[in-house]
Amino acid sequence: MNAVAIISIFTLAVFVGFEVVSKVSSTLHTPLMSGANAIHGVILVGAIIVADHSTTNLELGLAVTAIVLATINMVGGFVVTDRMLEMFKGKK
Amino acid sequence: MSRTIYDLIGLFAGICFILALKGLSHPKTARRGNKIGAVGATIATLVVFFYANEGSSLPLNNLGWILGAIALGTLIGVPAARKVQMTQMPQLVALFNGVGGGAAALVAIVEYLNLGDTATTAEVIFTVFTVIVGCVSFSGSIITFMKLQELMTTRPVVFPGGRFVIAGTLVAVLGVSVWVVTALGTTPLLVLALLSLLFGILFVLPVGGADVPIVISLLNAFTGLTVAASGYVLDSVLLIIAGTLVGASGTILTRLMAEAMGRSLFGTLFGAFTAKPQDTSGVAEDRPVRSGSPDDVAILLNYARRVVIVPGFGLAVAQAQHTVRELADLMISKGIDVAYGIHPVAGRMPGHMNVLLAEANVPYDQLLEMDEVNPTFGQTDVAIVIGANDVVNPAAKNSPGCPIYGMPILEVSNAANVIFLKRSMRPGFAGIENELLYDPKTMLLFGDAKASLTKVVGALKAL
Repeated sequence: MNAVAIISIFTLAVFVGFEVVSKVSSTLHTPLMSGANAIHGVILVGAIIVADHSTTNLELGLAVTAIVLATINMVGGFVVTDRMLEMFKGKK
Repeated sequence: MSRTIYDLIGLFAGICFILALKGLSHPKTARRGNKIGAVGATIATLVVFFYANEGSSLPLNNLGWILGAIALGTLIGVPAARKVQMTQMPQLVALFNGVGGGAAALVAIVEYLNLGDTATTAEVIFTVFTVIVGCVSFSGSIITFMKLQELMTTRPVVFPGGRFVIAGTLVAVLGVSVWVVTALGTTPLLVLALLSLLFGILFVLPVGGADVPIVISLLNAFTGLTVAASGYVLDSVLLIIAGTLVGASGTILTRLMAEAMGRSLFGTLFGAFTAKPQDTSGVAEDRPVRSGSPDDVAILLNYARRVVIVPGFGLAVAQAQHTVRELADLMISKGIDVAYGIHPVAGRMPGHMNVLLAEANVPYDQLLEMDEVNPTFGQTDVAIVIGANDVVNPAAKNSPGCPIYGMPILEVSNAANVIFLKRSMRPGFAGIENELLYDPKTMLLFGDAKASLTKVVGALKAL
Protein backbone atom coordinates (compact mmCIF):
# COMPACT_ATOMS: atom_id res chain seq x y z
CA MET A 1 0.00 0.00 0.00
CA ASN A 2 1.39 3.41 -0.82
CA ALA A 3 2.20 6.05 1.75
CA VAL A 4 -0.40 8.57 0.57
CA ALA A 5 -3.23 6.03 0.91
CA ILE A 6 -2.08 5.18 4.42
CA ILE A 7 -1.80 8.83 5.43
CA SER A 8 -5.29 9.46 3.98
CA ILE A 9 -6.80 6.59 5.96
CA PHE A 10 -5.02 7.73 9.10
CA THR A 11 -6.12 11.35 8.73
CA LEU A 12 -9.76 10.51 8.04
CA ALA A 13 -9.84 8.08 10.95
CA VAL A 14 -8.48 10.81 13.25
CA PHE A 15 -11.33 13.11 12.27
CA VAL A 16 -13.95 10.39 12.65
CA GLY A 17 -12.50 9.46 16.05
CA PHE A 18 -12.66 13.09 17.21
CA GLU A 19 -16.17 13.55 15.88
CA VAL A 20 -17.92 10.46 17.26
CA VAL A 21 -17.11 11.11 20.90
CA SER A 22 -17.13 14.89 21.04
CA LYS A 23 -20.50 15.22 22.79
CA VAL A 24 -20.51 12.36 25.27
CA SER A 25 -21.92 13.03 28.75
CA SER A 26 -19.68 12.41 31.73
CA THR A 27 -21.93 9.52 32.80
CA LEU A 28 -20.64 7.52 29.85
CA HIS A 29 -16.96 8.41 30.10
CA THR A 30 -16.02 5.18 31.81
CA PRO A 31 -17.98 2.77 29.56
CA LEU A 32 -16.76 4.63 26.49
CA MET A 33 -13.16 4.38 27.62
CA SER A 34 -13.67 0.72 28.36
CA GLY A 35 -15.29 0.11 24.97
CA ALA A 36 -12.49 1.89 23.12
CA ASN A 37 -10.07 -0.15 25.20
CA ALA A 38 -11.71 -3.35 23.98
CA ILE A 39 -11.51 -2.17 20.37
CA HIS A 40 -7.75 -1.81 20.47
CA GLY A 41 -7.75 -5.47 21.44
CA VAL A 42 -7.91 -6.14 17.67
CA ILE A 43 -4.14 -6.07 17.93
CA LEU A 44 -5.03 -9.75 18.29
CA VAL A 45 -5.22 -9.78 14.48
CA GLY A 46 -1.63 -8.51 14.34
CA ALA A 47 -0.55 -11.07 16.94
CA ILE A 48 -2.04 -13.91 14.87
CA ILE A 49 -0.31 -12.63 11.73
CA VAL A 50 3.10 -12.56 13.41
CA ALA A 51 2.50 -15.98 14.97
CA ASP A 52 1.93 -17.25 11.43
CA HIS A 53 5.24 -15.64 10.32
CA SER A 54 7.22 -16.93 13.28
CA THR A 55 10.13 -19.16 12.37
CA THR A 56 12.12 -19.44 15.61
CA ASN A 57 11.00 -20.58 19.04
CA LEU A 58 11.73 -17.13 20.45
CA GLU A 59 9.47 -15.47 17.90
CA LEU A 60 6.72 -18.00 18.41
CA GLY A 61 6.94 -17.70 22.19
CA LEU A 62 6.63 -13.92 22.05
CA ALA A 63 3.84 -14.10 19.47
CA VAL A 64 1.83 -16.61 21.51
CA THR A 65 2.23 -14.38 24.59
CA ALA A 66 0.99 -11.47 22.50
CA ILE A 67 -2.07 -13.49 21.43
CA VAL A 68 -2.91 -14.35 25.03
CA LEU A 69 -2.58 -10.72 26.14
CA ALA A 70 -4.51 -9.34 23.17
CA THR A 71 -7.34 -11.84 23.69
CA ILE A 72 -7.60 -10.85 27.35
CA ASN A 73 -7.74 -7.20 26.26
CA MET A 74 -10.38 -7.76 23.58
CA VAL A 75 -12.70 -10.38 25.07
CA GLY A 76 -12.41 -9.14 28.65
CA GLY A 77 -12.85 -5.55 27.48
CA PHE A 78 -16.12 -6.16 25.68
CA VAL A 79 -17.50 -8.31 28.51
CA VAL A 80 -16.71 -5.78 31.24
CA THR A 81 -18.13 -2.92 29.15
CA ASP A 82 -21.32 -4.88 28.66
CA ARG A 83 -21.53 -5.44 32.41
CA MET A 84 -21.22 -1.72 33.06
CA LEU A 85 -23.90 -0.91 30.52
CA GLU A 86 -26.21 -3.64 31.78
CA MET A 87 -26.70 -1.42 34.82
CA PHE A 88 -28.32 1.23 32.67
CA LYS A 89 -31.10 -1.01 31.45
CA GLY A 90 -34.68 -0.47 32.48
CA LYS A 91 -34.22 3.26 32.50
CA LYS A 92 -36.15 5.44 30.13
CA MET B 1 -9.57 -15.49 -0.18
CA SER B 2 -8.37 -12.61 -2.31
CA ARG B 3 -6.69 -9.57 -0.87
CA THR B 4 -9.58 -7.38 -2.03
CA ILE B 5 -12.17 -9.35 -0.11
CA TYR B 6 -9.88 -9.51 2.90
CA ASP B 7 -9.48 -5.73 2.91
CA LEU B 8 -13.21 -5.13 2.34
CA ILE B 9 -14.04 -7.28 5.34
CA GLY B 10 -11.45 -5.27 7.24
CA LEU B 11 -13.26 -2.10 6.19
CA PHE B 12 -16.55 -3.57 7.39
CA ALA B 13 -15.01 -4.29 10.80
CA GLY B 14 -13.67 -0.72 10.84
CA ILE B 15 -17.20 0.60 10.23
CA CYS B 16 -18.44 -1.58 13.10
CA PHE B 17 -15.89 0.13 15.37
CA ILE B 18 -17.02 3.60 14.29
CA LEU B 19 -20.66 2.66 14.98
CA ALA B 20 -19.57 1.16 18.30
CA LEU B 21 -17.94 4.38 19.46
CA LYS B 22 -20.89 6.39 18.18
CA GLY B 23 -23.33 4.12 20.04
CA LEU B 24 -21.29 4.24 23.23
CA SER B 25 -21.64 8.02 23.27
CA HIS B 26 -25.38 7.91 24.02
CA PRO B 27 -27.06 6.18 26.97
CA LYS B 28 -29.82 4.61 24.90
CA THR B 29 -27.55 3.06 22.30
CA ALA B 30 -24.52 2.36 24.45
CA ARG B 31 -25.09 -1.32 25.03
CA ARG B 32 -25.89 -2.01 21.41
CA GLY B 33 -22.81 -0.01 20.40
CA ASN B 34 -20.61 -2.22 22.52
CA LYS B 35 -22.11 -5.32 20.93
CA ILE B 36 -21.52 -3.94 17.44
CA GLY B 37 -17.89 -3.41 18.42
CA ALA B 38 -17.64 -7.00 19.65
CA VAL B 39 -19.12 -8.25 16.37
CA GLY B 40 -16.58 -6.20 14.40
CA ALA B 41 -13.70 -7.55 16.47
CA THR B 42 -14.93 -11.14 16.08
CA ILE B 43 -15.24 -10.82 12.31
CA ALA B 44 -11.80 -9.19 12.08
CA THR B 45 -10.28 -12.07 14.07
CA LEU B 46 -12.05 -14.85 12.16
CA VAL B 47 -11.12 -13.53 8.73
CA VAL B 48 -7.38 -13.72 9.48
CA PHE B 49 -7.67 -17.50 9.52
CA PHE B 50 -8.90 -17.55 5.92
CA TYR B 51 -6.40 -15.27 4.30
CA ALA B 52 -2.84 -16.33 3.44
CA ASN B 53 -0.33 -13.50 3.63
CA GLU B 54 2.38 -13.26 0.99
CA GLY B 55 4.75 -16.18 1.28
CA SER B 56 2.55 -18.26 3.54
CA SER B 57 -0.29 -20.65 2.92
CA LEU B 58 -3.44 -21.88 4.62
CA PRO B 59 -3.95 -23.20 7.15
CA LEU B 60 -1.85 -20.74 9.13
CA ASN B 61 1.46 -21.94 10.51
CA ASN B 62 1.45 -22.70 14.23
CA LEU B 63 -2.33 -22.94 14.09
CA GLY B 64 -2.47 -25.09 17.22
CA TRP B 65 -0.47 -22.57 19.20
CA ILE B 66 -2.62 -19.70 17.93
CA LEU B 67 -5.93 -21.36 18.85
CA GLY B 68 -4.56 -22.52 22.20
CA ALA B 69 -3.38 -19.01 23.04
CA ILE B 70 -6.78 -17.52 22.13
CA ALA B 71 -8.51 -20.12 24.31
CA LEU B 72 -6.17 -19.34 27.21
CA GLY B 73 -6.71 -15.58 26.82
CA THR B 74 -10.48 -16.09 26.80
CA LEU B 75 -10.30 -18.33 29.85
CA ILE B 76 -8.43 -15.58 31.72
CA GLY B 77 -10.28 -12.54 30.37
CA VAL B 78 -13.92 -13.56 30.59
CA PRO B 79 -14.00 -14.73 34.23
CA ALA B 80 -11.97 -11.67 35.26
CA ALA B 81 -14.50 -9.40 33.55
CA ARG B 82 -17.50 -11.35 34.87
CA LYS B 83 -16.45 -11.70 38.48
CA VAL B 84 -14.88 -8.34 39.18
CA GLN B 85 -16.70 -6.25 41.78
CA MET B 86 -18.13 -3.14 40.21
CA THR B 87 -16.08 -1.10 42.64
CA GLN B 88 -12.88 -2.60 41.27
CA MET B 89 -13.81 -2.15 37.65
CA PRO B 90 -11.57 0.87 36.94
CA GLN B 91 -8.40 -1.04 37.76
CA LEU B 92 -9.54 -3.94 35.60
CA VAL B 93 -9.95 -1.57 32.67
CA ALA B 94 -6.45 -0.26 33.40
CA LEU B 95 -5.12 -3.81 33.43
CA PHE B 96 -6.85 -4.73 30.15
CA ASN B 97 -5.40 -1.62 28.57
CA GLY B 98 -1.94 -2.49 29.84
CA VAL B 99 -1.96 -6.02 28.41
CA GLY B 100 -3.18 -4.58 25.09
CA GLY B 101 -0.19 -2.23 25.04
CA GLY B 102 2.09 -5.12 25.97
CA ALA B 103 0.64 -7.21 23.14
CA ALA B 104 1.26 -4.40 20.63
CA ALA B 105 4.88 -4.08 21.77
CA LEU B 106 5.41 -7.85 21.49
CA VAL B 107 3.87 -7.93 18.01
CA ALA B 108 6.28 -5.17 16.94
CA ILE B 109 9.27 -7.01 18.42
CA VAL B 110 8.38 -10.31 16.73
CA GLU B 111 7.84 -8.65 13.36
CA TYR B 112 11.17 -6.86 13.76
CA LEU B 113 12.99 -10.12 14.52
CA ASN B 114 11.21 -11.72 11.59
CA LEU B 115 11.97 -8.99 9.05
CA GLY B 116 15.64 -8.83 10.07
CA ASP B 117 17.70 -6.97 7.51
CA THR B 118 14.83 -6.66 5.06
CA ALA B 119 13.01 -4.07 7.16
CA THR B 120 12.69 -0.66 5.57
CA THR B 121 13.62 2.44 7.56
CA ALA B 122 9.95 3.42 7.81
CA GLU B 123 9.08 0.00 9.20
CA VAL B 124 11.86 0.25 11.76
CA ILE B 125 10.69 3.72 12.84
CA PHE B 126 7.11 2.48 13.32
CA THR B 127 8.42 -0.55 15.17
CA VAL B 128 10.44 1.67 17.50
CA PHE B 129 7.36 3.82 18.11
CA THR B 130 5.21 0.79 18.89
CA VAL B 131 7.77 -0.73 21.24
CA ILE B 132 8.24 2.52 23.17
CA VAL B 133 4.58 3.47 23.48
CA GLY B 134 3.37 -0.10 24.00
CA CYS B 135 5.87 -0.65 26.82
CA VAL B 136 5.03 2.70 28.45
CA SER B 137 1.34 1.82 28.25
CA PHE B 138 2.00 -1.61 29.77
CA SER B 139 4.13 -0.57 32.73
CA GLY B 140 2.18 2.65 33.27
CA SER B 141 -1.11 0.74 33.41
CA ILE B 142 0.34 -1.72 35.91
CA ILE B 143 1.22 1.20 38.18
CA THR B 144 -2.26 2.74 37.82
CA PHE B 145 -3.68 -0.70 38.61
CA MET B 146 -1.58 -0.89 41.78
CA LYS B 147 -2.62 2.61 42.80
CA LEU B 148 -6.33 1.92 42.31
CA GLN B 149 -6.10 -1.47 43.99
CA GLU B 150 -4.27 0.32 46.81
CA LEU B 151 -1.37 -2.10 46.55
CA MET B 152 0.73 1.04 46.77
CA THR B 153 0.19 4.57 47.98
CA THR B 154 -2.37 6.63 46.09
CA ARG B 155 -0.46 9.80 46.79
CA PRO B 156 1.91 11.17 44.19
CA VAL B 157 5.24 9.39 44.54
CA VAL B 158 7.94 11.99 44.19
CA PHE B 159 11.54 11.55 45.12
CA PRO B 160 14.29 14.16 45.23
CA GLY B 161 15.77 14.71 41.79
CA GLY B 162 12.99 12.59 40.36
CA ARG B 163 12.35 14.88 37.47
CA PHE B 164 15.97 14.65 36.37
CA VAL B 165 15.77 10.87 36.47
CA ILE B 166 12.60 10.98 34.35
CA ALA B 167 14.03 13.46 31.88
CA GLY B 168 17.23 11.40 31.72
CA THR B 169 15.24 8.23 31.01
CA LEU B 170 13.36 9.98 28.25
CA VAL B 171 16.60 11.19 26.67
CA ALA B 172 17.98 7.65 26.92
CA VAL B 173 14.84 6.25 25.26
CA LEU B 174 15.22 8.69 22.37
CA GLY B 175 18.96 8.01 22.09
CA VAL B 176 18.46 4.25 21.98
CA SER B 177 15.72 4.75 19.36
CA VAL B 178 18.25 6.39 17.08
CA TRP B 179 20.62 3.51 17.84
CA VAL B 180 17.96 0.97 16.81
CA VAL B 181 17.16 2.81 13.59
CA THR B 182 20.79 3.18 12.54
CA ALA B 183 22.40 0.00 13.86
CA LEU B 184 19.45 -2.43 13.79
CA GLY B 185 19.93 -5.67 15.74
CA THR B 186 18.11 -7.34 18.58
CA THR B 187 20.09 -5.98 21.52
CA PRO B 188 19.31 -2.30 20.95
CA LEU B 189 15.62 -3.13 20.63
CA LEU B 190 15.55 -5.03 23.92
CA VAL B 191 17.39 -2.18 25.65
CA LEU B 192 14.78 0.15 24.21
CA ALA B 193 11.94 -2.02 25.54
CA LEU B 194 13.44 -2.11 29.03
CA LEU B 195 14.06 1.65 29.12
CA SER B 196 10.51 2.28 27.91
CA LEU B 197 9.09 0.06 30.65
CA LEU B 198 11.11 2.06 33.17
CA PHE B 199 9.89 5.34 31.70
CA GLY B 200 6.26 4.19 31.96
CA ILE B 201 6.72 3.51 35.68
CA LEU B 202 8.45 6.82 36.34
CA PHE B 203 5.84 8.67 34.28
CA VAL B 204 2.88 7.41 36.31
CA LEU B 205 4.39 7.31 39.81
CA PRO B 206 4.11 11.09 40.44
CA VAL B 207 0.44 11.15 39.41
CA GLY B 208 -1.91 11.66 42.34
CA GLY B 209 -4.90 9.42 42.97
CA ALA B 210 -7.46 11.88 41.63
CA ASP B 211 -5.71 12.10 38.27
CA VAL B 212 -5.39 8.34 37.74
CA PRO B 213 -8.52 8.01 35.52
CA ILE B 214 -7.14 10.67 33.18
CA VAL B 215 -3.88 8.78 32.90
CA ILE B 216 -5.69 5.50 32.16
CA SER B 217 -7.63 7.23 29.42
CA LEU B 218 -4.43 8.69 28.00
CA LEU B 219 -2.61 5.35 28.06
CA ASN B 220 -5.67 3.88 26.34
CA ALA B 221 -5.27 6.41 23.52
CA PHE B 222 -1.54 5.58 23.40
CA THR B 223 -2.27 1.89 22.96
CA GLY B 224 -4.62 2.80 20.10
CA LEU B 225 -1.80 4.59 18.32
CA THR B 226 0.53 1.62 18.73
CA VAL B 227 -2.10 -0.57 17.10
CA ALA B 228 -2.26 1.87 14.17
CA ALA B 229 1.54 1.81 13.84
CA SER B 230 1.49 -2.02 13.89
CA GLY B 231 -1.08 -1.83 11.10
CA TYR B 232 1.46 -0.01 8.96
CA VAL B 233 4.21 -2.57 9.58
CA LEU B 234 1.86 -5.54 9.11
CA ASP B 235 0.13 -3.99 6.09
CA SER B 236 -3.32 -4.20 7.67
CA VAL B 237 -5.87 -1.47 6.88
CA LEU B 238 -8.10 -2.69 9.67
CA LEU B 239 -5.46 -2.20 12.35
CA ILE B 240 -4.70 1.28 11.05
CA ILE B 241 -8.39 2.27 11.16
CA ALA B 242 -9.14 0.69 14.54
CA GLY B 243 -5.97 1.96 16.18
CA THR B 244 -6.36 5.49 14.88
CA LEU B 245 -10.02 5.62 15.95
CA VAL B 246 -9.12 4.64 19.49
CA GLY B 247 -6.15 6.98 19.52
CA ALA B 248 -8.20 9.96 18.36
CA SER B 249 -11.35 9.31 20.38
CA GLY B 250 -9.22 8.44 23.40
CA THR B 251 -7.40 11.77 23.15
CA ILE B 252 -10.69 13.68 23.03
CA LEU B 253 -12.09 11.59 25.86
CA THR B 254 -9.01 12.29 27.96
CA ARG B 255 -9.51 16.01 27.41
CA LEU B 256 -13.23 15.80 28.24
CA MET B 257 -12.45 13.89 31.43
CA ALA B 258 -9.82 16.40 32.43
CA GLU B 259 -12.36 19.19 31.86
CA ALA B 260 -15.07 17.41 33.86
CA MET B 261 -12.62 17.13 36.73
CA GLY B 262 -11.33 20.65 36.32
CA ARG B 263 -7.81 19.38 35.81
CA SER B 264 -5.29 20.75 33.42
CA LEU B 265 -4.26 18.04 31.01
CA PHE B 266 -0.85 19.60 30.71
CA GLY B 267 -0.40 19.64 34.48
CA THR B 268 -1.39 15.99 34.71
CA LEU B 269 0.92 14.88 31.93
CA PHE B 270 3.92 16.88 32.81
CA GLY B 271 3.39 16.65 36.53
CA ALA B 272 6.18 14.11 36.36
CA PHE B 273 8.58 16.79 35.27
CA THR B 274 7.46 19.55 37.56
CA ALA B 275 6.40 17.75 40.72
CA LYS B 276 8.25 18.67 43.85
CA PRO B 277 8.32 16.53 46.96
CA GLN B 278 5.36 17.60 49.08
CA ASP B 279 5.31 18.08 52.78
CA THR B 280 2.81 15.44 53.75
CA SER B 281 3.43 15.54 57.48
CA GLY B 282 1.60 17.87 59.81
CA VAL B 283 -1.79 17.43 58.18
CA ALA B 284 -3.05 15.07 60.85
CA GLU B 285 -4.68 17.73 62.95
CA ASP B 286 -6.10 17.28 66.36
CA ARG B 287 -9.05 19.61 66.19
CA PRO B 288 -12.46 19.03 67.70
CA VAL B 289 -15.14 17.55 65.48
CA ARG B 290 -18.81 17.04 66.25
CA SER B 291 -19.71 13.41 66.06
CA GLY B 292 -23.25 12.14 66.48
CA SER B 293 -25.19 8.93 66.96
CA PRO B 294 -27.49 7.27 64.42
CA ASP B 295 -30.42 8.64 66.48
CA ASP B 296 -29.15 12.20 66.14
CA VAL B 297 -28.92 11.71 62.39
CA ALA B 298 -32.41 10.22 62.21
CA ILE B 299 -33.92 13.14 64.12
CA LEU B 300 -32.21 15.63 61.86
CA LEU B 301 -33.54 13.80 58.80
CA ASN B 302 -37.04 13.40 60.21
CA TYR B 303 -37.57 17.15 60.41
CA ALA B 304 -35.92 18.00 57.09
CA ARG B 305 -37.90 19.00 54.04
CA ARG B 306 -35.17 18.44 51.51
CA VAL B 307 -32.24 16.04 51.77
CA VAL B 308 -29.45 15.56 49.27
CA ILE B 309 -27.40 12.37 49.41
CA VAL B 310 -23.84 12.65 48.19
CA PRO B 311 -22.48 9.16 47.59
CA GLY B 312 -18.78 8.48 47.27
CA PHE B 313 -16.47 5.57 46.83
CA GLY B 314 -16.77 4.62 50.52
CA LEU B 315 -20.44 3.84 49.90
CA ALA B 316 -19.52 1.43 47.17
CA VAL B 317 -16.74 -0.20 49.17
CA ALA B 318 -19.17 -0.86 52.00
CA GLN B 319 -21.67 -2.28 49.45
CA ALA B 320 -24.20 0.12 50.95
CA GLN B 321 -25.99 1.08 47.72
CA HIS B 322 -29.08 -0.93 48.63
CA THR B 323 -29.20 0.38 52.19
CA VAL B 324 -28.94 3.96 51.02
CA ARG B 325 -31.83 3.35 48.66
CA GLU B 326 -33.81 1.94 51.56
CA LEU B 327 -33.09 5.12 53.55
CA ALA B 328 -34.09 7.29 50.58
CA ASP B 329 -37.37 5.35 50.11
CA LEU B 330 -38.16 5.71 53.79
CA MET B 331 -37.59 9.47 53.70
CA ILE B 332 -39.70 9.80 50.57
CA SER B 333 -42.51 7.91 52.30
CA LYS B 334 -42.31 10.53 55.06
CA GLY B 335 -42.80 13.28 52.47
CA ILE B 336 -39.18 14.40 52.42
CA ASP B 337 -37.79 15.59 49.12
CA VAL B 338 -34.76 13.39 48.34
CA ALA B 339 -32.17 13.65 45.60
CA TYR B 340 -28.72 12.24 44.97
CA GLY B 341 -25.96 14.66 44.05
CA ILE B 342 -23.54 12.88 41.76
CA HIS B 343 -20.14 14.36 41.20
CA PRO B 344 -18.78 13.63 37.72
CA VAL B 345 -15.92 11.63 39.22
CA ALA B 346 -17.72 10.18 42.24
CA GLY B 347 -16.26 6.74 42.70
CA ARG B 348 -13.00 6.25 40.96
CA MET B 349 -13.85 7.31 37.43
CA PRO B 350 -16.33 9.51 35.57
CA GLY B 351 -19.72 7.82 35.55
CA HIS B 352 -18.62 5.12 37.97
CA MET B 353 -21.14 6.13 40.66
CA ASN B 354 -24.07 6.13 38.22
CA VAL B 355 -23.20 2.54 37.41
CA LEU B 356 -22.99 1.57 41.07
CA LEU B 357 -26.32 3.20 41.97
CA ALA B 358 -28.05 1.82 38.90
CA GLU B 359 -26.96 -1.59 40.15
CA ALA B 360 -29.01 -0.92 43.30
CA ASN B 361 -32.05 0.15 41.22
CA VAL B 362 -31.95 3.76 42.35
CA PRO B 363 -34.42 5.57 40.05
CA TYR B 364 -32.49 7.48 37.45
CA ASP B 365 -34.52 10.68 37.89
CA GLN B 366 -33.31 11.01 41.48
CA LEU B 367 -29.71 11.23 40.32
CA LEU B 368 -28.79 14.86 39.80
CA GLU B 369 -25.59 15.90 38.11
CA MET B 370 -23.38 18.47 39.75
CA ASP B 371 -24.61 21.45 37.73
CA GLU B 372 -28.24 20.63 38.56
CA VAL B 373 -27.76 19.98 42.24
CA ASN B 374 -25.32 22.73 43.21
CA PRO B 375 -27.81 25.64 43.01
CA THR B 376 -30.24 23.70 45.25
CA PHE B 377 -27.97 23.26 48.28
CA GLY B 378 -29.11 26.66 49.58
CA GLN B 379 -32.65 25.23 50.00
CA THR B 380 -31.40 21.91 51.33
CA ASP B 381 -31.83 21.14 55.00
CA VAL B 382 -29.47 18.19 55.21
CA ALA B 383 -26.71 17.00 52.94
CA ILE B 384 -25.58 13.46 53.75
CA VAL B 385 -22.10 12.73 52.49
CA ILE B 386 -21.55 8.99 52.45
CA GLY B 387 -18.01 7.82 51.98
CA ALA B 388 -17.07 10.82 49.88
CA ASN B 389 -14.49 13.40 50.72
CA ASP B 390 -12.49 15.00 47.93
CA VAL B 391 -15.57 15.80 45.80
CA VAL B 392 -17.02 18.02 48.57
CA ASN B 393 -13.73 19.44 49.81
CA PRO B 394 -13.87 23.26 49.80
CA ALA B 395 -10.07 23.24 49.49
CA ALA B 396 -10.63 22.66 45.78
CA LYS B 397 -12.11 26.18 45.67
CA ASN B 398 -10.24 27.96 48.42
CA SER B 399 -6.66 26.79 48.61
CA PRO B 400 -4.58 27.30 45.51
CA GLY B 401 -1.71 24.86 45.43
CA CYS B 402 -3.52 21.90 46.93
CA PRO B 403 -3.52 18.91 44.58
CA ILE B 404 -7.24 19.11 43.79
CA TYR B 405 -7.40 22.90 43.45
CA GLY B 406 -9.67 23.86 40.58
CA MET B 407 -11.71 20.67 40.60
CA PRO B 408 -15.41 21.57 40.61
CA ILE B 409 -17.02 20.32 43.82
CA LEU B 410 -20.48 19.65 45.18
CA GLU B 411 -21.14 22.68 47.36
CA VAL B 412 -22.62 20.84 50.32
CA SER B 413 -21.37 23.55 52.66
CA ASN B 414 -24.31 25.68 51.45
CA ALA B 415 -26.78 23.23 53.00
CA ALA B 416 -28.14 24.00 56.49
CA ASN B 417 -26.65 20.80 57.95
CA VAL B 418 -23.99 18.44 56.70
CA ILE B 419 -23.70 14.85 57.85
CA PHE B 420 -20.57 12.89 57.02
CA LEU B 421 -20.66 9.13 57.21
CA LYS B 422 -17.03 8.13 57.43
CA ARG B 423 -14.97 5.19 58.54
CA SER B 424 -12.34 7.41 60.14
CA MET B 425 -10.77 10.84 59.95
CA ARG B 426 -8.49 9.53 57.21
CA PRO B 427 -8.40 11.90 54.22
CA GLY B 428 -9.80 10.87 50.83
CA PHE B 429 -8.16 9.33 47.79
CA ALA B 430 -6.31 12.53 46.95
CA GLY B 431 -4.86 12.57 50.47
CA ILE B 432 -6.00 16.07 51.45
CA GLU B 433 -7.44 17.29 54.71
CA ASN B 434 -11.07 18.46 54.49
CA GLU B 435 -11.90 21.70 56.34
CA LEU B 436 -15.60 20.96 56.15
CA LEU B 437 -15.22 18.19 58.72
CA TYR B 438 -14.46 20.81 61.37
CA ASP B 439 -17.34 23.11 60.43
CA PRO B 440 -19.80 23.65 63.30
CA LYS B 441 -22.77 22.62 61.14
CA THR B 442 -21.14 19.33 60.29
CA MET B 443 -21.99 16.17 62.18
CA LEU B 444 -19.90 13.05 61.77
CA LEU B 445 -21.14 9.53 62.08
CA PHE B 446 -18.19 7.17 62.26
CA GLY B 447 -18.30 3.57 61.17
CA ASP B 448 -18.81 1.35 58.18
CA ALA B 449 -21.23 3.09 55.81
CA LYS B 450 -23.56 0.11 55.56
CA ALA B 451 -23.73 -0.52 59.30
CA SER B 452 -24.26 3.17 60.02
CA LEU B 453 -26.99 3.50 57.42
CA THR B 454 -28.78 0.42 58.71
CA LYS B 455 -28.84 1.95 62.20
CA VAL B 456 -30.09 5.28 60.84
CA VAL B 457 -32.86 3.50 58.94
CA GLY B 458 -33.85 1.65 62.13
CA ALA B 459 -33.84 4.86 64.17
CA LEU B 460 -35.81 6.76 61.56
CA LYS B 461 -38.45 4.01 61.37
CA ALA B 462 -38.87 4.19 65.14
CA LEU B 463 -39.57 7.93 65.11
